[in-house]
Amino acid sequence: MKTMLVILLSAMLTDNFVLSKFMGICPFLGVSKKLDSAAGMGVAVTFVMICATIVTYPIHHGILVPNGLEYLDTVVFILVIALFVQLVETAMKKTIPALYKSLGVYLPLITTNCAVLGVTVLNIDNGYSFVQSIVNALGGGLGFMLSLVIFSGVRRKMEYADIPETFKGVPATLIAASIVSVSFMGFSGLFS
Amino acid sequence: MAEKKTLAQEISKGIIKENPTLVMLLGMCPTLAVTTQAMNGIGMGLATTFVLLGSNIVISALRKVIPDKVRIPAFIVIIASFVTLIGFLLEGFVPSLYDSLGIYLTLITVNCIIFGRAEMFASKNGVIASACDAVGMGLGFTMALFLMGSVREIIGAGQWMGLSIPVLHDNPMLLFIMPAGGFFTLGMIIAITNKLSRKKPPKEIVCGGCEGCPMAENCGKGGSNE
Repeated sequence: MKTMLVILLSAMLTDNFVLSKFMGICPFLGVSKKLDSAAGMGVAVTFVMICATIVTYPIHHGILVPNGLEYLDTVVFILVIALFVQLVETAMKKTIPALYKSLGVYLPLITTNCAVLGVTVLNIDNGYSFVQSIVNALGGGLGFMLSLVIFSGVRRKMEYADIPETFKGVPATLIAASIVSVSFMGFSGLFS
Repeated sequence: MAEKKTLAQEISKGIIKENPTLVMLLGMCPTLAVTTQAMNGIGMGLATTFVLLGSNIVISALRKVIPDKVRIPAFIVIIASFVTLIGFLLEGFVPSLYDSLGIYLTLITVNCIIFGRAEMFASKNGVIASACDAVGMGLGFTMALFLMGSVREIIGAGQWMGLSIPVLHDNPMLLFIMPAGGFFTLGMIIAITNKLSRKKPPKEIVCGGCEGCPMAENCGKGGSNE
Protein backbone atom coordinates (compact mmCIF):
# COMPACT_ATOMS: atom_id res chain seq x y z
CA MET A 1 0.00 0.00 0.00
CA LYS A 2 2.83 2.34 0.86
CA THR A 3 4.55 1.80 -2.47
CA MET A 4 1.26 2.49 -4.23
CA LEU A 5 0.98 5.81 -2.47
CA VAL A 6 4.57 6.66 -3.36
CA ILE A 7 3.97 5.82 -7.03
CA LEU A 8 0.76 7.83 -7.07
CA LEU A 9 2.22 10.92 -5.44
CA SER A 10 5.51 10.86 -7.29
CA ALA A 11 3.72 10.55 -10.64
CA MET A 12 1.52 13.46 -9.61
CA LEU A 13 4.01 15.83 -8.02
CA THR A 14 7.72 15.07 -8.23
CA ASP A 15 7.65 13.56 -11.71
CA ASN A 16 4.80 15.66 -12.98
CA PHE A 17 4.37 14.79 -16.63
CA VAL A 18 4.00 18.31 -17.89
CA LEU A 19 6.34 20.29 -15.70
CA SER A 20 9.22 17.94 -15.19
CA LYS A 21 9.02 15.41 -18.01
CA PHE A 22 7.75 17.77 -20.70
CA MET A 23 5.09 15.44 -21.97
CA GLY A 24 1.83 16.85 -23.17
CA ILE A 25 3.12 20.39 -23.64
CA CYS A 26 0.84 20.92 -26.62
CA PRO A 27 -2.46 20.63 -24.74
CA PHE A 28 -0.82 22.32 -21.77
CA LEU A 29 -0.27 25.45 -23.85
CA GLY A 30 -3.33 25.07 -26.05
CA VAL A 31 -6.12 24.22 -23.66
CA SER A 32 -5.09 26.01 -20.47
CA LYS A 33 -6.78 29.29 -21.30
CA LYS A 34 -9.97 28.56 -19.40
CA LEU A 35 -10.45 26.75 -16.14
CA ASP A 36 -13.31 24.50 -17.19
CA SER A 37 -11.74 23.35 -20.43
CA ALA A 38 -8.47 22.71 -18.59
CA ALA A 39 -10.29 20.55 -16.05
CA GLY A 40 -12.24 18.77 -18.80
CA MET A 41 -9.08 18.00 -20.74
CA GLY A 42 -7.47 16.74 -17.53
CA VAL A 43 -10.35 14.36 -16.84
CA ALA A 44 -10.38 13.06 -20.41
CA VAL A 45 -6.62 12.49 -20.45
CA THR A 46 -6.69 10.72 -17.07
CA PHE A 47 -9.45 8.48 -18.31
CA VAL A 48 -7.69 7.59 -21.55
CA MET A 49 -4.40 7.04 -19.72
CA ILE A 50 -5.95 4.54 -17.35
CA CYS A 51 -7.86 2.74 -20.09
CA ALA A 52 -4.81 2.64 -22.35
CA THR A 53 -2.75 1.19 -19.51
CA ILE A 54 -5.35 -1.45 -18.77
CA VAL A 55 -5.32 -2.51 -22.42
CA THR A 56 -1.64 -2.18 -23.33
CA TYR A 57 -0.25 -3.94 -20.26
CA PRO A 58 -1.86 -7.33 -21.03
CA ILE A 59 -1.02 -6.91 -24.71
CA HIS A 60 2.65 -6.34 -23.92
CA HIS A 61 3.03 -9.11 -21.37
CA GLY A 62 0.53 -11.53 -22.80
CA ILE A 63 1.04 -11.30 -26.53
CA LEU A 64 4.19 -9.42 -27.47
CA VAL A 65 6.69 -10.77 -24.92
CA PRO A 66 5.88 -14.50 -25.34
CA ASN A 67 6.30 -14.13 -29.09
CA GLY A 68 9.46 -12.03 -28.89
CA LEU A 69 7.81 -9.05 -30.49
CA GLU A 70 8.65 -6.36 -27.92
CA TYR A 71 9.99 -4.11 -30.65
CA LEU A 72 6.46 -3.65 -31.94
CA ASP A 73 5.53 -1.84 -28.71
CA THR A 74 5.42 1.61 -30.26
CA VAL A 75 3.30 0.63 -33.23
CA VAL A 76 0.85 -1.41 -31.19
CA PHE A 77 0.52 1.07 -28.34
CA ILE A 78 -0.15 4.06 -30.52
CA LEU A 79 -2.77 2.11 -32.44
CA VAL A 80 -4.43 1.02 -29.22
CA ILE A 81 -4.48 4.61 -28.02
CA ALA A 82 -5.89 5.91 -31.30
CA LEU A 83 -8.50 3.19 -31.24
CA PHE A 84 -9.36 3.89 -27.64
CA VAL A 85 -9.78 7.58 -28.19
CA GLN A 86 -12.19 6.81 -31.03
CA LEU A 87 -14.04 4.35 -28.84
CA VAL A 88 -14.32 6.71 -25.90
CA GLU A 89 -15.57 9.40 -28.23
CA THR A 90 -18.25 7.19 -29.72
CA ALA A 91 -19.30 5.70 -26.40
CA MET A 92 -19.48 9.07 -24.73
CA LYS A 93 -21.53 10.51 -27.56
CA LYS A 94 -24.18 7.80 -27.03
CA THR A 95 -24.20 7.51 -23.24
CA ILE A 96 -23.21 10.85 -21.72
CA PRO A 97 -23.93 13.45 -24.40
CA ALA A 98 -23.53 16.33 -21.93
CA LEU A 99 -19.95 15.40 -21.09
CA TYR A 100 -19.28 14.70 -24.74
CA LYS A 101 -20.37 18.17 -25.67
CA SER A 102 -18.05 19.82 -23.20
CA LEU A 103 -15.09 17.61 -24.08
CA GLY A 104 -15.86 16.99 -27.74
CA VAL A 105 -13.13 19.13 -29.23
CA TYR A 106 -10.40 17.85 -26.98
CA LEU A 107 -11.00 14.16 -27.36
CA PRO A 108 -9.31 13.64 -30.76
CA LEU A 109 -6.37 15.71 -29.52
CA ILE A 110 -5.55 13.09 -26.92
CA THR A 111 -4.19 10.69 -29.53
CA THR A 112 -1.24 12.94 -30.16
CA ASN A 113 -0.73 13.75 -26.49
CA CYS A 114 2.68 12.33 -25.78
CA ALA A 115 1.83 11.92 -22.09
CA VAL A 116 -0.57 9.07 -22.92
CA LEU A 117 1.93 7.13 -25.02
CA GLY A 118 4.59 8.12 -22.49
CA VAL A 119 2.76 6.64 -19.54
CA THR A 120 2.17 3.31 -21.26
CA VAL A 121 5.80 3.03 -22.34
CA LEU A 122 7.08 4.11 -18.92
CA ASN A 123 4.97 1.48 -17.19
CA ILE A 124 6.70 -1.19 -19.24
CA ASP A 125 10.17 0.37 -18.89
CA ASN A 126 9.90 0.66 -15.12
CA GLY A 127 8.74 -2.94 -14.79
CA TYR A 128 5.62 -2.05 -12.83
CA SER A 129 3.06 -4.70 -12.01
CA PHE A 130 -0.45 -4.40 -13.42
CA VAL A 131 -1.86 -2.61 -10.39
CA GLN A 132 1.17 -0.38 -10.06
CA SER A 133 0.81 0.58 -13.72
CA ILE A 134 -2.77 1.64 -13.19
CA VAL A 135 -1.81 3.65 -10.12
CA ASN A 136 1.00 5.28 -12.10
CA ALA A 137 -1.42 6.15 -14.90
CA LEU A 138 -3.88 7.60 -12.39
CA GLY A 139 -1.15 9.68 -10.76
CA GLY A 140 0.15 10.86 -14.11
CA GLY A 141 -3.32 11.87 -15.23
CA LEU A 142 -4.12 13.67 -12.00
CA GLY A 143 -0.76 15.44 -12.14
CA PHE A 144 -1.51 16.50 -15.69
CA MET A 145 -4.87 17.85 -14.61
CA LEU A 146 -3.35 19.61 -11.61
CA SER A 147 -0.76 21.44 -13.68
CA LEU A 148 -3.33 22.37 -16.31
CA VAL A 149 -5.75 23.74 -13.74
CA ILE A 150 -3.08 25.67 -11.85
CA PHE A 151 -1.74 27.08 -15.06
CA SER A 152 -5.14 28.18 -16.28
CA GLY A 153 -5.34 30.36 -13.18
CA VAL A 154 -1.93 31.85 -13.93
CA ARG A 155 -2.94 32.57 -17.50
CA ARG A 156 -6.12 34.34 -16.50
CA LYS A 157 -4.08 36.74 -14.43
CA MET A 158 -1.67 37.17 -17.30
CA GLU A 159 -4.39 38.45 -19.56
CA TYR A 160 -4.58 41.61 -17.50
CA ALA A 161 -0.83 42.12 -17.41
CA ASP A 162 0.86 44.69 -19.59
CA ILE A 163 3.48 42.64 -21.43
CA PRO A 164 6.00 44.05 -23.94
CA GLU A 165 4.87 43.51 -27.51
CA THR A 166 7.63 41.01 -28.30
CA PHE A 167 6.75 38.76 -25.41
CA LYS A 168 3.00 38.70 -25.99
CA GLY A 169 1.47 35.30 -26.50
CA VAL A 170 3.63 32.23 -26.44
CA PRO A 171 6.89 33.64 -24.99
CA ALA A 172 5.14 35.07 -21.95
CA THR A 173 3.19 31.84 -21.50
CA LEU A 174 6.37 29.79 -21.61
CA ILE A 175 8.12 32.01 -19.08
CA ALA A 176 5.11 31.76 -16.78
CA ALA A 177 5.25 27.98 -17.22
CA SER A 178 8.88 28.12 -16.20
CA ILE A 179 7.95 29.83 -12.94
CA VAL A 180 5.19 27.29 -12.25
CA SER A 181 7.73 24.57 -12.95
CA VAL A 182 10.13 26.09 -10.41
CA SER A 183 7.38 25.90 -7.81
CA PHE A 184 6.90 22.21 -8.59
CA MET A 185 10.61 21.67 -8.03
CA GLY A 186 9.81 22.23 -4.38
CA PHE A 187 8.30 18.74 -4.34
CA SER A 188 11.52 17.05 -5.39
CA GLY A 189 13.15 15.06 -2.67
CA LEU A 190 9.79 14.40 -1.10
CA PHE A 191 10.24 10.64 -1.31
CA SER A 192 13.96 10.10 -1.08
CA MET B 1 15.29 25.64 -63.79
CA ALA B 2 12.09 26.98 -62.38
CA GLU B 3 11.29 23.55 -61.02
CA LYS B 4 14.63 23.38 -59.27
CA LYS B 5 14.12 26.71 -57.64
CA THR B 6 10.84 25.67 -56.10
CA LEU B 7 12.44 22.56 -54.67
CA ALA B 8 15.15 24.68 -53.10
CA GLN B 9 12.39 26.85 -51.70
CA GLU B 10 10.69 23.82 -50.24
CA ILE B 11 13.87 23.11 -48.32
CA SER B 12 14.67 26.63 -47.23
CA LYS B 13 11.17 27.54 -46.03
CA GLY B 14 11.36 24.94 -43.29
CA ILE B 15 14.64 26.27 -42.01
CA ILE B 16 13.76 29.91 -41.51
CA LYS B 17 10.40 31.18 -42.64
CA GLU B 18 8.28 28.32 -41.40
CA ASN B 19 10.67 26.95 -38.81
CA PRO B 20 8.55 24.25 -37.18
CA THR B 21 9.65 24.92 -33.62
CA LEU B 22 10.22 28.64 -33.42
CA VAL B 23 7.58 29.94 -35.81
CA MET B 24 4.91 27.28 -36.04
CA LEU B 25 5.35 26.08 -32.46
CA LEU B 26 5.05 22.40 -33.21
CA GLY B 27 6.84 19.58 -31.45
CA MET B 28 7.36 21.36 -28.17
CA CYS B 29 7.73 18.27 -26.02
CA PRO B 30 11.02 16.94 -27.44
CA THR B 31 12.27 20.49 -27.88
CA LEU B 32 12.07 21.08 -24.17
CA ALA B 33 12.91 17.62 -22.93
CA VAL B 34 16.13 16.60 -24.64
CA THR B 35 17.91 19.93 -25.01
CA THR B 36 19.95 19.83 -21.84
CA GLN B 37 22.99 19.34 -24.08
CA ALA B 38 23.72 20.61 -27.58
CA MET B 39 24.74 17.14 -28.70
CA ASN B 40 21.41 15.63 -27.61
CA GLY B 41 19.64 18.36 -29.53
CA ILE B 42 21.46 17.44 -32.73
CA GLY B 43 20.83 13.73 -32.18
CA MET B 44 17.14 14.23 -31.56
CA GLY B 45 16.89 16.60 -34.51
CA LEU B 46 18.54 14.18 -36.90
CA ALA B 47 16.48 11.24 -35.64
CA THR B 48 13.33 13.27 -36.19
CA THR B 49 14.55 14.33 -39.64
CA PHE B 50 15.06 10.70 -40.55
CA VAL B 51 11.57 9.74 -39.44
CA LEU B 52 10.09 12.78 -41.15
CA LEU B 53 11.87 12.03 -44.41
CA GLY B 54 10.86 8.38 -44.38
CA SER B 55 7.25 8.99 -43.44
CA ASN B 56 6.84 11.90 -45.86
CA ILE B 57 8.17 9.85 -48.76
CA VAL B 58 6.03 6.81 -47.98
CA ILE B 59 2.90 8.79 -47.27
CA SER B 60 3.18 10.89 -50.40
CA ALA B 61 3.84 7.76 -52.46
CA LEU B 62 0.77 6.10 -50.98
CA ARG B 63 -1.44 9.15 -50.86
CA LYS B 64 -3.69 7.92 -53.65
CA VAL B 65 -3.96 4.42 -52.19
CA ILE B 66 -4.89 5.32 -48.63
CA PRO B 67 -8.63 5.98 -48.31
CA ASP B 68 -9.38 9.34 -46.77
CA LYS B 69 -11.34 7.90 -43.86
CA VAL B 70 -8.56 5.74 -42.46
CA ARG B 71 -5.72 8.07 -43.29
CA ILE B 72 -4.95 9.02 -39.69
CA PRO B 73 -4.42 5.46 -38.42
CA ALA B 74 -2.51 4.68 -41.60
CA PHE B 75 -0.21 7.67 -41.09
CA ILE B 76 0.34 6.73 -37.48
CA VAL B 77 1.37 3.19 -38.38
CA ILE B 78 3.81 4.43 -41.03
CA ILE B 79 5.32 6.94 -38.62
CA ALA B 80 5.55 4.43 -35.78
CA SER B 81 7.33 1.95 -38.04
CA PHE B 82 9.99 4.50 -38.91
CA VAL B 83 10.38 5.38 -35.24
CA THR B 84 10.98 1.72 -34.42
CA LEU B 85 13.52 1.59 -37.24
CA ILE B 86 15.50 4.58 -36.03
CA GLY B 87 15.34 3.15 -32.52
CA PHE B 88 17.11 0.00 -33.72
CA LEU B 89 19.67 1.98 -35.71
CA LEU B 90 20.57 4.21 -32.79
CA GLU B 91 20.68 1.32 -30.34
CA GLY B 92 23.08 -0.51 -32.62
CA PHE B 93 25.37 2.30 -33.75
CA VAL B 94 25.13 5.13 -31.20
CA PRO B 95 24.14 3.47 -27.91
CA SER B 96 25.16 6.49 -25.82
CA LEU B 97 22.73 8.73 -27.69
CA TYR B 98 20.08 6.02 -27.48
CA ASP B 99 20.42 6.02 -23.70
CA SER B 100 20.34 9.77 -23.30
CA LEU B 101 17.27 10.22 -25.51
CA GLY B 102 15.51 7.37 -23.74
CA ILE B 103 11.74 7.45 -23.86
CA TYR B 104 11.68 10.60 -25.99
CA LEU B 105 12.90 8.56 -28.92
CA THR B 106 9.69 6.53 -28.77
CA LEU B 107 7.74 9.71 -28.40
CA ILE B 108 8.88 10.94 -31.83
CA THR B 109 5.81 8.95 -32.94
CA VAL B 110 3.51 11.57 -31.51
CA ASN B 111 5.64 14.55 -32.50
CA CYS B 112 3.26 17.10 -33.96
CA ILE B 113 5.75 18.13 -36.64
CA ILE B 114 5.75 14.73 -38.30
CA PHE B 115 2.02 14.31 -38.15
CA GLY B 116 1.48 17.89 -39.21
CA ARG B 117 3.71 17.59 -42.27
CA ALA B 118 2.10 14.28 -43.22
CA GLU B 119 -1.34 15.79 -43.06
CA MET B 120 -0.54 19.20 -44.49
CA PHE B 121 2.09 18.45 -47.09
CA ALA B 122 2.87 14.84 -47.87
CA SER B 123 -0.76 13.83 -48.37
CA LYS B 124 -1.19 16.53 -50.98
CA ASN B 125 2.14 16.71 -52.82
CA GLY B 126 4.43 14.52 -54.88
CA VAL B 127 7.25 12.37 -53.56
CA ILE B 128 10.16 14.66 -54.43
CA ALA B 129 8.53 17.80 -53.10
CA SER B 130 7.59 15.96 -49.90
CA ALA B 131 11.15 14.73 -49.44
CA CYS B 132 12.47 18.28 -49.83
CA ASP B 133 9.87 19.56 -47.42
CA ALA B 134 10.89 16.91 -44.90
CA VAL B 135 14.58 17.76 -45.22
CA GLY B 136 13.88 21.46 -44.72
CA MET B 137 11.56 20.97 -41.78
CA GLY B 138 13.92 18.45 -40.23
CA LEU B 139 16.90 20.76 -40.55
CA GLY B 140 14.90 23.65 -39.14
CA PHE B 141 13.92 21.51 -36.18
CA THR B 142 17.51 20.32 -35.71
CA MET B 143 18.81 23.87 -35.77
CA ALA B 144 16.26 25.03 -33.24
CA LEU B 145 17.12 22.12 -30.95
CA PHE B 146 20.84 22.78 -31.38
CA LEU B 147 20.33 26.43 -30.47
CA MET B 148 18.26 25.54 -27.40
CA GLY B 149 20.74 22.87 -26.37
CA SER B 150 23.70 25.21 -26.79
CA VAL B 151 22.16 27.97 -24.71
CA ARG B 152 21.13 25.61 -21.95
CA GLU B 153 24.42 23.72 -21.90
CA ILE B 154 26.58 26.85 -21.93
CA ILE B 155 24.69 28.63 -19.18
CA GLY B 156 23.55 25.63 -17.21
CA ALA B 157 26.63 23.45 -17.25
CA GLY B 158 29.38 25.82 -18.36
CA GLN B 159 30.46 23.70 -21.26
CA TRP B 160 29.64 23.26 -24.93
CA MET B 161 30.17 20.10 -26.96
CA GLY B 162 32.91 19.03 -24.54
CA LEU B 163 34.63 22.41 -24.35
CA SER B 164 34.49 24.15 -21.01
CA ILE B 165 33.59 27.82 -20.95
CA PRO B 166 36.01 29.75 -18.68
CA VAL B 167 33.91 31.70 -16.19
CA LEU B 168 30.64 29.82 -16.46
CA HIS B 169 32.27 26.47 -15.86
CA ASP B 170 32.97 27.36 -12.24
CA ASN B 171 29.60 29.00 -11.66
CA PRO B 172 27.02 27.11 -13.69
CA MET B 173 23.41 28.18 -13.36
CA LEU B 174 21.95 24.78 -12.68
CA LEU B 175 18.42 26.04 -13.16
CA PHE B 176 18.96 26.16 -16.92
CA ILE B 177 19.39 22.44 -17.32
CA MET B 178 16.38 21.79 -15.10
CA PRO B 179 12.87 21.67 -16.55
CA ALA B 180 12.13 25.27 -15.58
CA GLY B 181 15.12 26.49 -17.54
CA GLY B 182 13.83 24.71 -20.63
CA PHE B 183 10.57 26.66 -20.58
CA PHE B 184 12.44 29.89 -19.92
CA THR B 185 15.01 29.42 -22.69
CA LEU B 186 12.37 28.51 -25.26
CA GLY B 187 10.26 31.51 -24.26
CA MET B 188 13.24 33.81 -24.68
CA ILE B 189 14.26 32.33 -28.04
CA ILE B 190 10.73 32.64 -29.41
CA ALA B 191 10.55 36.21 -28.17
CA ILE B 192 13.82 37.02 -29.96
CA THR B 193 12.56 35.32 -33.12
CA ASN B 194 9.39 37.41 -32.92
CA LYS B 195 11.42 40.57 -32.51
CA LEU B 196 13.68 39.77 -35.46
CA SER B 197 10.93 38.65 -37.78
CA ARG B 198 8.86 41.71 -37.02
CA LYS B 199 11.48 44.03 -38.51
CA LYS B 200 11.07 42.40 -41.87
CA PRO B 201 7.79 42.86 -43.75
CA PRO B 202 5.17 42.06 -41.13
CA LYS B 203 3.65 38.71 -41.70
CA GLU B 204 0.82 37.50 -39.60
CA ILE B 205 1.55 34.00 -38.44
CA VAL B 206 -1.38 32.81 -36.45
CA CYS B 207 -1.15 29.34 -35.11
CA GLY B 208 -3.63 28.35 -32.47
CA GLY B 209 -0.87 27.05 -30.24
CA CYS B 210 -0.54 23.36 -30.60
CA GLU B 211 -4.26 23.03 -30.32
CA GLY B 212 -4.27 22.51 -34.06
CA CYS B 213 -1.59 19.83 -33.90
CA PRO B 214 -3.44 16.71 -34.95
CA MET B 215 -5.34 18.40 -37.68
CA ALA B 216 -2.88 21.22 -38.12
CA GLU B 217 -5.21 23.00 -40.45
CA ASN B 218 -4.82 26.28 -38.64
CA CYS B 219 -1.09 26.10 -39.00
CA GLY B 220 -1.34 25.27 -42.68
CA LYS B 221 -3.55 28.24 -43.40
CA GLY B 222 -1.58 30.57 -41.19
CA GLY B 223 1.89 29.44 -42.18
CA SER B 224 1.97 29.07 -45.92
CA ASN B 225 0.70 32.23 -47.49
CA GLU B 226 3.12 32.27 -50.38
